[in-house]
Amino acid sequence: MSAGRFSRWFDRKGWSALLIGAPYLWLVAFFLLPFLIVVAMSVATKSPTAPPFSFGGEYPVVNLEAYSRVLSDGLYLRAFLTSITNAFVAMVLCLLIGYPMALCLTRVSKGWRNVLLMLVILPFWTSFLLRVYAWMGMMGRNSWFNGLLTDGWNFLVPLDWAVRSVPMMNTNFAVVLVMVYTYLPFMILPLYASLERLDPALDEAAMDLGSRPWQVFRDITLPQSIPGIIAGGMLVFIPAAGELVIPTLVGDASSPMIGRLISDEFSSARDWPMASAVAVTLLVLMVVPTMLYSHYQAKAEGSK
Amino acid sequence: MKRRPVFLITILCFGFAFFYIPILSMIVYSFNASRLATVWGGFSTKWYVSLFSNAQVIDALVLSLKIAFVSASIATILGTMAGITLARFTKFRGRMAFSGLVTAPLIMPEVITGISSLIFFIMMADWIGWPGQRGFTTITLAHITFSMVFVTTIVQARMLQTDRTIEEAAMDLGSRPWQVMFDITLPVISPAIVSGWLLAFTISLDDVVITSFTTGPGSTTLPLLIWSKVKLGVTPDINALATLMVLTVGIGVVLAGIILNRAERKRLVEERMAYQSNA
Repeated sequence: MSAGRFSRWFDRKGWSALLIGAPYLWLVAFFLLPFLIVVAMSVATKSPTAPPFSFGGEYPVVNLEAYSRVLSDGLYLRAFLTSITNAFVAMVLCLLIGYPMALCLTRVSKGWRNVLLMLVILPFWTSFLLRVYAWMGMMGRNSWFNGLLTDGWNFLVPLDWAVRSVPMMNTNFAVVLVMVYTYLPFMILPLYASLERLDPALDEAAMDLGSRPWQVFRDITLPQSIPGIIAGGMLVFIPAAGELVIPTLVGDASSPMIGRLISDEFSSARDWPMASAVAVTLLVLMVVPTMLYSHYQAKAEGSK
Repeated sequence: MKRRPVFLITILCFGFAFFYIPILSMIVYSFNASRLATVWGGFSTKWYVSLFSNAQVIDALVLSLKIAFVSASIATILGTMAGITLARFTKFRGRMAFSGLVTAPLIMPEVITGISSLIFFIMMADWIGWPGQRGFTTITLAHITFSMVFVTTIVQARMLQTDRTIEEAAMDLGSRPWQVMFDITLPVISPAIVSGWLLAFTISLDDVVITSFTTGPGSTTLPLLIWSKVKLGVTPDINALATLMVLTVGIGVVLAGIILNRAERKRLVEERMAYQSNA
């Protein structure tokens, strides 16, 4: 009711039109319209002239060739598969590392908690590009880190398996490692937020009734943190699947990820319809997990 | 029954080692005398000297800061309007579409946002002759669009947490809606607005993907400069630049944390005193 009165006041003076209208129009003009142009372009025909596309020609306006190539050409299928696998593995690893970290943050004393939270947020605020770059320095052939790993490997395995350096740069392993590194705060923060809200009395009650710590975790803590797990999972998976910077810098050029493919199709191959079709397909693939996410979010808000 | 969660603390230590060892390694190697970025050749500060005498870096930094300042400011205004709208105007035509439009940029992969912005600017230049060339304006417009939704999320969350009865009371006492807005609503949500601005500023300062699509000749932001250098491999002067950036952000975040903490504590004390004096 109160919200209704607030907005009615504004309506009467015509203020709400401005308050709603300005951001609305902005997003329609600079977000929705550009995206609709991409959708339209995905059914255009590639043309050697400028702009490098046209509508019509031998096709009656709508040309679905780009989409049929996305579905039939092994290159695109492989790229989608690589992207989704890498993003999924990164998400699972982030969860496995991030969950205990988030849980630990809720268990330490208040003073420590603020300091540790700050330490989680700090990499979050430092440049993404530089965090990827930091790993490039660590993974390179002559780096101290690679030397350490090489020595460890050579120490453990028989002599003929010895290597001069561990191949890390330009592999899918490097992509996943750097993704886990750069996206881990995205996993920890929502997990921490949902774990912090839990009532410790429930844990104590379960303990009093004879549950072992592992059972308390499995039956009490874990089920209640599912919204946090899903939120964190989506925050890692979605940007990781469309990642461009990480695969370009540390990835394997022979098995490109989808983000890099879109960018290459657009700038190097100058095939705008193809780039648009791949982009639209990626977005459609992203819609499914996103719907799942908003479904859970709505459910979580409804139960509050 | 208080047990030390040894397992959890071990994981936490490993987690923080994982977070900070690459950054520390980068900082150490920024003082490397060797030309080879990954081989230690003694202590030297020569990369810092070469960095400060590099006009390209200074130009890129100035451009980045300008874009970040303008785009964060406009994004904060638009994002705050959208956040207030979503939290307080529960019924208006097109609300569903509006909230969809506000969430969509958050989940759109950056490559797609970048490409669609670029195609949009090229088509607009073709159709109506604007924007004449890509650069400051187009980068700023793209940054505003994708950072305003972060501001919206923060402001909306804060608005939903705040007590509406103060607004109610002000209206009962005869305030006009814009007075309620400027005297009550905005001051109450000001911490959210400030953190929204900071987030938008950082996002803009950090962005490489969308900027690389919307830039034009002669407009190189700092991330774009680093991007073009890093693509060729690890170079020692980037280590120095990275160290300076990490330290700046680190000091900034710690200071902001201290200030916010103090403000929050002060607010709590004042609130308590207000209750006591009324009791």
